[in-house]
Amino acid sequence: MDATRPTLAVWKFASCDGCQLTLLDCEDELLTLAGEVEIAHFLEASDEVAPGPYDVSLVEGSITTPDDAERIRHVREVSGTLITIGACATAGGVQALRNFADVREFASLVYASPEYVATLDTSTPISAHVRVDFELQGCPIDRRQLLEVLSAFLMGRKPNISQHPVCFECKRRGNVCVMVAHGTPCLGPITHAGCGAICPAYGRGCYGCFGPSPNWSDGRPNTRGLVPWLDMTPDETERVLSTFNVAAFREEDHELRQPDTRGTDDDPPE
Amino acid sequence: MAKLMTTGLSALYDALRRAGYTVIGPTVRDGAIVLDELRSADDLPVGWGVTLAPGGYRVRRRDDQAAFGHSAGPQSWKPFLHQPRVKLWEADRVGDGFEVREERPEPPRYAFLGVRPCDLRAIEIQDRVLMGGRHTDSAYAARREGVFIVAVDCTEPGETCFCASMGTGPKSGPGYDLALTELIDDGSPRYVVEVGSEAGSAVLAEVPTEEADEDLQACARAEVAAAAEHMGREMPALGLRDLMAESLDYARWDEVASRCLSCGNCTMVCPTCFCTTVEDTTDLTGEHAERWQLWDSCFDLGFSHLHGGDVRSSPKSRYRQWLTHKLGTWHDQFGSSGCVGCGRCIVWCPVGIDLTEEVAALQAERDQRASGERGAP
Ligand code: SF4
Ligand code: SF4
Ligand code: SF4
Ligand code: SF4
Repeated sequence: MDATRPTLAVWKFASCDGCQLTLLDCEDELLTLAGEVEIAHFLEASDEVAPGPYDVSLVEGSITTPDDAERIRHVREVSGTLITIGACATAGGVQALRNFADVREFASLVYASPEYVATLDTSTPISAHVRVDFELQGCPIDRRQLLEVLSAFLMGRKPNISQHPVCFECKRRGNVCVMVAHGTPCLGPITHAGCGAICPAYGRGCYGCFGPSPNWSDGRPNTRGLVPWLDMTPDETERVLSTFNVAAFREEDHELRQPDTRGTDDDPPE
Repeated sequence: MAKLMTTGLSALYDALRRAGYTVIGPTVRDGAIVLDELRSADDLPVGWGVTLAPGGYRVRRRDDQAAFGHSAGPQSWKPFLHQPRVKLWEADRVGDGFEVREERPEPPRYAFLGVRPCDLRAIEIQDRVLMGGRHTDSAYAARREGVFIVAVDCTEPGETCFCASMGTGPKSGPGYDLALTELIDDGSPRYVVEVGSEAGSAVLAEVPTEEADEDLQACARAEVAAAAEHMGREMPALGLRDLMAESLDYARWDEVASRCLSCGNCTMVCPTCFCTTVEDTTDLTGEHAERWQLWDSCFDLGFSHLHGGDVRSSPKSRYRQWLTHKLGTWHDQFGSSGCVGCGRCIVWCPVGIDLTEEVAALQAERDQRASGERGAP
């Protein structure tokens, strides 16, 4: 049996480790997982590294340095299936704020000798560099979803990961909508489901941790349609869209600045 | 023969409990009047009302002691009968094959206390959809069987209600065991009761009542009749089914699609929407599998996925599916409208899209087209 156990590797790029820790957080299932796969490369859990190639790789983090841009190619080469986990790996993470500013300015504020810091101007998702087989959204990713994706890949079936907005989960869970009933701004209608609508369940609006939902049109949500109902100033709107998925939502933000050409509230044309 | 309950609602609540029912009814939670299990009649939202608007809902204090002085809340009775998540079966690998188990926990025996006329009709519609054809939804049927329904006529419709236009209220139609009319006097409200079934009669026998005299009955009728004149919304009185069939290429669909988020809230809160999807899962070992049925919505991009792609990929085609199904093709499929005028889809749409307004706009576009045709040489 052992010889046929698939191997699993976990890789880290620019990230906070939260998504990898989700794997360790699968307390009840971790032993089962270790029985089904050989965890061959997982530095967060063990220094022992078995040589590749690996059947499945979980990749956390974004690409922010020239070294990482090289290393991800190596990871791709030694991986059968490559799954990216979390907002950094799928969208560039909060560190992608640098994409819209001057990274050298940031560096000079943080480091005493910024000239020793080799860094790229941008923070980009893994998919901008190599082919990715599956992207799991979230900041951090959801434990149940990670187990679902791993179970699916082990079985050779499609994972049940829905791309519709958080509102679907929110309604199935029986939450009272915080936007409608309390006037709390909520990004749920434009955000990829997966968290189980945790924030609205505790009376808070959705922060968009799982990134934009592709459910509306052309792989994008209708951010422009939601924004006027959030009851926020343009500044507040920009800030709420500029968190863990800033680069993914920035496309929306950019669009928000364009004049609306998609129809008006007027009566139908004469 | 109508009766008057001579004590408050707690006598009715207690009688339902003694009869073995789990009582579900309105109660204040999370800033809304939701439907939930009532541990006593004190859980009822006495003295609470609601203010409704497209995309807006607020509870407010009333200056009387009405327990039913509110209209449709965040969800209908649907989650209790047609649950958002149902495990259809599970299976374990045994030797070369596998063993399938279809165990359903025994559903509670529900009494629904405070079913509004629109929701009563919606339950009847879901009965037809989920139990009427050749293929019964057995999970629904098991939960629906033996539900005791206490309907309450509407005497104070909300700003988004239009049951009068849909012919579903404000007077309770058939299907109830007991139907109440709440009369708000200076002190505690009084309740006029009508009996709709033997079960209703048996429960009412346990509640202190007296004959309701003709004056009182006339008063109850007048209150309900007045409510019909105070609907917050109106559905245009015209052949909706024809309008839906004729309007498929109208410009209004593009306009509403630019505002619609495809978030699915309208279908989830609609008391008649019934669509579900099925998810098959396996665990890490591959020894155990489960099949789940989940609420779905025609606003989900993958809802219309067939080999080769999504049939309704544009948001326009999805909004159009929702409205034309509710108001048009539902007639062909199930012999009635799929809308009962509860107004929930208007209130709980995060961007306040109002189907009565959409219908009016489609009608205006049709009129314009017609006058254009007449005007043409
Ligand atoms: S609380 Fe947020 S996620 Fe939930 S239904 Fe309302 S808008 Fe959607
Ligand atoms: S379509 Fe809207 S108003 Fe009609 S029954 Fe459904 S939720 Fe209520
Ligand atoms: S309107 Fe949509 S979700 Fe509702 S029953 Fe029709 S197809 Fe299903
Ligand atoms: S009509 Fe409103 S509730 Fe329905 S999908 Fe569109 S935005 Fe969501």
